[in-house]
Amino acid sequence: MQKIRMRGGRSLFFLLVLFLLWELLIRITETPKWILPAPSDVIKEAAASFNDLYGHLLSTICLAIVGLVLGCTVGLLISIILHRLPKVNEVLYPLLILSQNIPTIVLAPLLIIWFGFGLLPKLIVISLVCFFPIVVSSMDGFKQTAPELKHYMEMIGASRKQTFWKLEFPHALPSIFSGLKIAATYSVMGAVISEWLGAKKGIGVYMTLAQSSFRIDRVFVAIGFIMLLSISLFGVIRLLEKLVVKGRKEEMK
Amino acid sequence: MSLTITGLAKSFGQLAVIEKIDLQVKTHEFVAILGPSGSGKSTLFQLIGGLLTPDNGTIQLNEETIDGRKGLISYMPQNPSLFSWRTILENVVLAAELNDKPDYEEAKRLLEKAGLAEFEAAYPNELSGGMKQRVAFIRALLSKQSLLCLDEPFSALDEFTRINMQKWLLSIWEEDRKSILFITHSIEEALFLADRIYVLSKRPTQVKAEITVPFARPREESLLETNEFFLLKQQIFQYMKEEIAE
Repeated sequence: MQKIRMRGGRSLFFLLVLFLLWELLIRITETPKWILPAPSDVIKEAAASFNDLYGHLLSTICLAIVGLVLGCTVGLLISIILHRLPKVNEVLYPLLILSQNIPTIVLAPLLIIWFGFGLLPKLIVISLVCFFPIVVSSMDGFKQTAPELKHYMEMIGASRKQTFWKLEFPHALPSIFSGLKIAATYSVMGAVISEWLGAKKGIGVYMTLAQSSFRIDRVFVAIGFIMLLSISLFGVIRLLEKLVVKGRKEEMK
Repeated sequence: MSLTITGLAKSFGQLAVIEKIDLQVKTHEFVAILGPSGSGKSTLFQLIGGLLTPDNGTIQLNEETIDGRKGLISYMPQNPSLFSWRTILENVVLAAELNDKPDYEEAKRLLEKAGLAEFEAAYPNELSGGMKQRVAFIRALLSKQSLLCLDEPFSALDEFTRINMQKWLLSIWEEDRKSILFITHSIEEALFLADRIYVLSKRPTQVKAEITVPFARPREESLLETNEFFLLKQQIFQYMKEEIAE
């Protein structure tokens, strides 16, 4: 844990150095603000327009979290079904992979045509982005259950259901959590993309507005907040992992 | 609880693994099975556990045929197979949990007897190899079936720990004497622990010899140095040598 904190500290330091370099170069070359603003300008803008941004931010956070929860629930259910019914798995797994080959940018307008500008198409976009990492990682987790433990469960006469809930599912928890972490970062991206396509509020909306009025500084403000949001969600999942996954200190190092 | 196996045969495709095994474990009896590696010992356990069905012959528990029926025996595997996300207390009740509500009081009592009371809330990665095997044995004891099948439980332990574990096993066992079927490839271990020993041939497996161990219980470590012990050990070694030489 201390190692991680130290690594985080180092990368934060490096980021600061990069910002400083960026600031310096902008000042030396006197680049106009509408091409590339300096970090100080971005921070000033963030502070100035925070009241304005607050509503957008809140709406994106809600959207991302609801989408994440929905996508993860669907993903987990699908992976459990596929794992426990190998025949269904054979048919559906290739389709799942194909579903990930449709570019979100292409799919989203279609969803709007079909479902209107409401919440539903946005949630579909986010869930579609989120569920895949969960499905892949949890199915891998279920499959990688130690064979000697499975043999033990068979010898003591456990049913398939008991073997799954007492052994395979808890055994796969670390894998499920790595899927969750990926899904969490994707969910913010998914939320922003879905907002580009038609929403009244949200960082995606703020971003498109800023872009079309050449407020590059605001674009950077938006990028900053998106990153912050992703990292916070990631952190929350890590915290949950710590609380839920027990007795595996050796493996987690 | 008694186990009777008659005329048991099993082959996988062309490969005959078990040709013919007859054996018996009587009530309160400790029976060891000695055999060279690859002699189908694990297959025998899978047959008793109901994971495989015999091609020929029958397996009877208390005069009731149990071919292919699971969950009728207690089992302790070669490696402890503890679940890393469960505490020790949660681990020992696992096998009992499959059938009904486990008895936590009994579990705590047995853990305390094994000197593991302070580890109740610990996770398996905090325990040594010998301690883990104790936990695995208690887990087998707590499941209510009264035939215990132990599959080379001490083979992965070092010599010092093994002797302690053997003495510990006997002390616990003598309390209620559940019937035990014990697979091992150590002659000394079989002689020290068992009432009767079956020596198996190499594949396709038959019962090569049946030896009744004459030593009285409770057994002490000093038994290992007596002349009778040594002679019996030599006799069994002779049987096993024939198997290797053939």
